Amino acid sequence: MGFVSILWQEYILFKRKFWSITIGSMIAPVLYLIAFGWGLGGGMRINGKDYINFVIPGIIALSTMTVSFNTIGNSINISRIYDKTFEQFMVAPINMFVYAAGKIFAGTLRGMYSGLLILFLTLIFKIGMQISAYFILLMILNCLVFSAMGFTAGIIINSHADMAKFSNFVITPMAFLCGTFFPLEKMPESLKVFILLLPLTHTTLGLRSNSEDLVTLAVHPLILFSNFLVFFLIGVRYCKKAE
Amino acid sequence: MIKIQNVTKEYGSITVVDHLNLEISHGEFFGLLGPNGAGKTTTVRMISTLTPLTSGSIWIDGKNMDRNLSDVKIKIGVVPQYNNLEGEMTAWENLELHGRLYNMPKAIRRKRIAELLEFTELTERAHDLAKKFSGGMKRKLMIAKNLMHNPTILLLDEPTVGLDPVARKKMWDLLKVLKTKGLTVLLTTHYIEEAEVLCDRVGLMNGGKLVELDTPEKLKAKVGECVLEYFTKGVTQSEFFATRKDALNRAASIEGNVNIRSSNLEDVFIKLTNRSVNE
Repeated sequence: MGFVSILWQEYILFKRKFWSITIGSMIAPVLYLIAFGWGLGGGMRINGKDYINFVIPGIIALSTMTVSFNTIGNSINISRIYDKTFEQFMVAPINMFVYAAGKIFAGTLRGMYSGLLILFLTLIFKIGMQISAYFILLMILNCLVFSAMGFTAGIIINSHADMAKFSNFVITPMAFLCGTFFPLEKMPESLKVFILLLPLTHTTLGLRSNSEDLVTLAVHPLILFSNFLVFFLIGVRYCKKAE
Repeated sequence: MIKIQNVTKEYGSITVVDHLNLEISHGEFFGLLGPNGAGKTTTVRMISTLTPLTSGSIWIDGKNMDRNLSDVKIKIGVVPQYNNLEGEMTAWENLELHGRLYNMPKAIRRKRIAELLEFTELTERAHDLAKKFSGGMKRKLMIAKNLMHNPTILLLDEPTVGLDPVARKKMWDLLKVLKTKGLTVLLTTHYIEEAEVLCDRVGLMNGGKLVELDTPEKLKAKVGECVLEYFTKGVTQSEFFATRKDALNRAASIEGNVNIRSSNLEDVFIKLTNRSVNE
């Protein structure tokens, strides 16, 4: 019941801000599409495809990451430090594990909503994209990872300014370095090893994967799921100790 | 019943609550009175499990209070100093969320929301966003929210702080109604009149310690029923007397203006601690 209650609350807040959320979710992806897809990448081809087809999975990975992270990270941080609404969940008879699961799932849904909006834009702009169940699975896992990361950051970090710093030092570099706008092959070898450790890399690689090799296909979801599990468990641990 | 046994809360080298022992009976309206920093809010936060104890234990109806004990938490309603309402949700939705979190069945939830909105005179504003409410209305909604699940214990941390005198009096009326319903209430306040008007017993807190505990009448009787005040050498002097007649006799020997009034809990507090409750 606690899980459903949290989702109900998030649904009410989503419904109330539907237009600002929807338009807000589309602004950055549309700008990326215009700037990188048609502007810089116009006429460019990568792996035998138009650059726009290459960059869209990157933009989806990036947008689902930022929306999932920011939605939950900021909401938890503000509710814990500023408006104190976090306390109503702490005194309520719900387990913090359930609370974390509810919030993270809500962040995942918000991330998926922004990802689906981009896919909708590709239909409007008639950009041929092949969407498989594997593609959707990776989108969901990406949202879960960054929603859990946002939850954990929101619980641990003690000011909104520090949340912005965390975003600057962790989320922004990932947004540009993890194969979102250009292939990883172009990166220096030493940096590539580090970049392959980052979860967003596995989302972009997986979303563009054409491989039919099951082992290769399984690697990216498994790494993403492991990341999710780690962030989720850290988040729950800190949530249980939060004051 | 709330039983606080030898509870201490420390933040590093600072002791905020110092070996506090207190028992509050079923149906009692109990007040913790003290200045800012006395440890009142920390005490409430520890009872509600929001703040962990450094040492000691808190028992609710014979059960040790723990953040993970749902069956104990369900007995308590916590109204903090600040209004932690969801501003982007309506009054109705705030109550609905609370009912859902406390696992109330839909039919009971809806009935209770209607009752509480009526009780707090918010029925007509039920579908307005909480962020648009005045301070007094937000406090009423906070109380309604924390009564949603029919708690047997209500913790009220400075429930009227920041309210104008009219809104404060209205809030007292609301709290007096709660008093008649047999709810056990722990109220923290630094408003003397609030403690005197509402509380069956009052605990005076200072520096994390309980310095005195009794009914308001007995506390006042301990310093004397009457206070004689006069201004001399740049300072207002206060003298306490058992009867008004004694005060009048003493007043006759003082030159200049004098003021004789009934003693209040502020006088008790100052006499015990040399501090004002409003510091």
